[in-house]
Amino acid sequence: MKSDNLNILIVGVGGQGTLLASKFLGSVAKLFGRDVKVSEVHGMSQRGGSVITCVKIGEKVYSPVIDLGEADVMLSFEQLEAARWIGYLKKGGKVITSTQKIEPMSVVLGQAKYPENVIDGLMKSGADITAFDAFSVAEECGSGKAVNIVLCGVLSKLIDDIPEELWLEALKATVPAKLLEINTKAFEAGRNR
Amino acid sequence: MKSDMELMLGNEAVARGAYEAGVITVASYPGTPSTEITEFISKYDASEVYCEWAPNEKVAAEVAIGSSFAGARSMCCMKHVGLNVAADPLYTVSYTGVNAGLVFVVADDPGMFSSQNEQDTRFHALSAHVPVLEPSDSEECIKFTKLAFDISEAFDTPVILRLTTRVAHQRSLVVKGERKVSAKSYKKDIWKYAMMPAMAKKRHIAVDARQKRLEDFACGAKEDLSFTIPNFVDYAENSKEKTGIITYGICYQYAREVFKDASFLKLGLTYPLPEKTIREFASNVKNLIVVEELEPFIENYIKTLGIEVTGKKLFTNQGELGTASIRKAFYGVEPENESLGEDVAIPPRPPVFCAGCPHRAVFYVLSKMGLRVCGDIGCYSMGAQAPYAAIDSVICMGASVSMAHGMTKAMTQCGEVDSQKTVAVIGDSTFIHSGITSLIDVAYNKGISTTIILDNSITGMTGHQQNPAMGFTIRNEQTVATDLVKLANAIGITDVTVVDPFDMKAFREAVKGATERNNPSVIIAQRPCALLKYVKYGGPARIDTAKCIKCGSCMRLGCPAINKKEDGSIVIDGSQCVGCGLCFGLCPKSAISK
Repeated sequence: MKSDNLNILIVGVGGQGTLLASKFLGSVAKLFGRDVKVSEVHGMSQRGGSVITCVKIGEKVYSPVIDLGEADVMLSFEQLEAARWIGYLKKGGKVITSTQKIEPMSVVLGQAKYPENVIDGLMKSGADITAFDAFSVAEECGSGKAVNIVLCGVLSKLIDDIPEELWLEALKATVPAKLLEINTKAFEAGRNR
Repeated sequence: MKSDMELMLGNEAVARGAYEAGVITVASYPGTPSTEITEFISKYDASEVYCEWAPNEKVAAEVAIGSSFAGARSMCCMKHVGLNVAADPLYTVSYTGVNAGLVFVVADDPGMFSSQNEQDTRFHALSAHVPVLEPSDSEECIKFTKLAFDISEAFDTPVILRLTTRVAHQRSLVVKGERKVSAKSYKKDIWKYAMMPAMAKKRHIAVDARQKRLEDFACGAKEDLSFTIPNFVDYAENSKEKTGIITYGICYQYAREVFKDASFLKLGLTYPLPEKTIREFASNVKNLIVVEELEPFIENYIKTLGIEVTGKKLFTNQGELGTASIRKAFYGVEPENESLGEDVAIPPRPPVFCAGCPHRAVFYVLSKMGLRVCGDIGCYSMGAQAPYAAIDSVICMGASVSMAHGMTKAMTQCGEVDSQKTVAVIGDSTFIHSGITSLIDVAYNKGISTTIILDNSITGMTGHQQNPAMGFTIRNEQTVATDLVKLANAIGITDVTVVDPFDMKAFREAVKGATERNNPSVIIAQRPCALLKYVKYGGPARIDTAKCIKCGSCMRLGCPAINKKEDGSIVIDGSQCVGCGLCFGLCPKSAISK
């Protein structure tokens, strides 16, 4: 995978840190000298709703939004969200998802069921799926909040043309200094998974 | 790629453009997707830019108008529906014109990510005869904002900078410039600034003359001081293709990505539209298409020129456009996308009240009381959703109070016996925005409804902005706080109760009492937003599984931190629970504690 024409969709639940992931990816793309656009939806993200952020990297980017069937990669923080947004993935695209489950209110209230075997369902699609418990990995690195950086670490390994030093430089520019150590650990844990 | 480029949010770029243009005053009321502009402005030094959160958009616009008359470049920012509130001053400041540059930034929300309608700001501009600039990325947000101030001064007119959600909330690369300030001096001139009929009649003539000059300017004519429209505003990208696309703003970015080979006319100044430029472009292509979101504003104009054009025949006026919908409209192709291997019902995940939210208690109680509840604009509109389903109606800012009044009046008139069992729920910031005048109406016209002010000490929905009830300004300086109790008293409402909604028994009693009495009443439900830094509940609660009988009483609160496991046992999610303790009293076995 190369960064000359790359659409990355980041999905999760409000409060999980999708915006920081998009800032990190935007920063590394800029350092590498690419054009980059990021699209985020504000306003509801604190309140546990489904959130989606688009990062588009290339020689020249026009639309900041990734539409149906346009994502090369989807980074997902929660398994149900991976299933919800799978239609935005190109045929045969790549999914990197945490296996974490967060029940939506309709499930909590017993009005709907959290579907069983979501990961199996994803596996049966044509997409290339990497699924693991990124939350536990982040916790082992020192904070469950670093899920975003773990997932970006996994992604970094797949993008051939951007060297690791640039990722680390971008990370330094993105996270607060006091959290850099934990986040560097989280990035490496994802990258060397 | 230049090394001095920065990846910048569209809203920050508008703030940056205004700063570089030498803006001195910015007054706004928060509203998604416009809020961050003024937040970014407040990060510039107070010695350079004065900024404030005004109580509403009308006040914000008038502060900016006064400041412009005084000789300082001024700006006010709002969401699309905010311009309805500020429409009154807009229509008349179009007559007076400006002294120093005056810009209204208005952010429309196609797709209604966080709004109650999809109105199209360009129609306000058309009837007010105010020019509109529409950027399509962050670089243009900077350039167009600066240009808006220049046009404002050159043509003696307010200018609207129109954004949409996808422009406001995208990040793209920009290069920053220097700030240049050139303040003007104030000159008294009642024929220009005091709009009474005799003066306004003369100014209407000036507006029409200005309109003509703006139309010529749009087509490239020289305005005073050799000021011509810069070539980054409207430009054609011609190809050999016989399909020509006219578009603007974010729609340009979508269409440009889909049609690699078509000819494009990209418009930055979307009102007034450039007749000559459009005629020239149209004459060089065979199929002329307008790609625009919401209403057919450009398309209708082109049709008045007698030019054949296709637009809304291909696209809906509902929601936002995108590359997929444009491809489908033109080529009839569906996206080639992935799907799950089998049909899976995916439960929706709408936003919910945060763990620890004071509104949860309010709606838990109201949902059990069977009252008619008129709602308002803010986080608490989610009280209309499950599990509370407690709100009957939501229209616009401040409407809850006046709608409840209208309901009780109508029902009393029609002989209903319990008409006073009607309440309005409205947040502190929304109450100050436009609930106050409604409450005066209730008192003045002998209403009997109950107004519940949800005082969470912040403007919550838009991400925590200060408001007059808090006692802090946008720069967090201490100031006077509006005293809501004294305010209610002063307008003639003496039946006022202040209660903590987390004391659900007391809150219920207060509402019950107020809705039984035949007089206007106010209940101030006071507890700060759980996301405020100073609100500390001391960490998560836990459930004693030996005591828990799995009755689910606690779950009826609709708290995202309380979940039921597959075996029916109830657990508290320690990563979400803040320990507010609202659920403790609901447990018949006292199984929940810290």
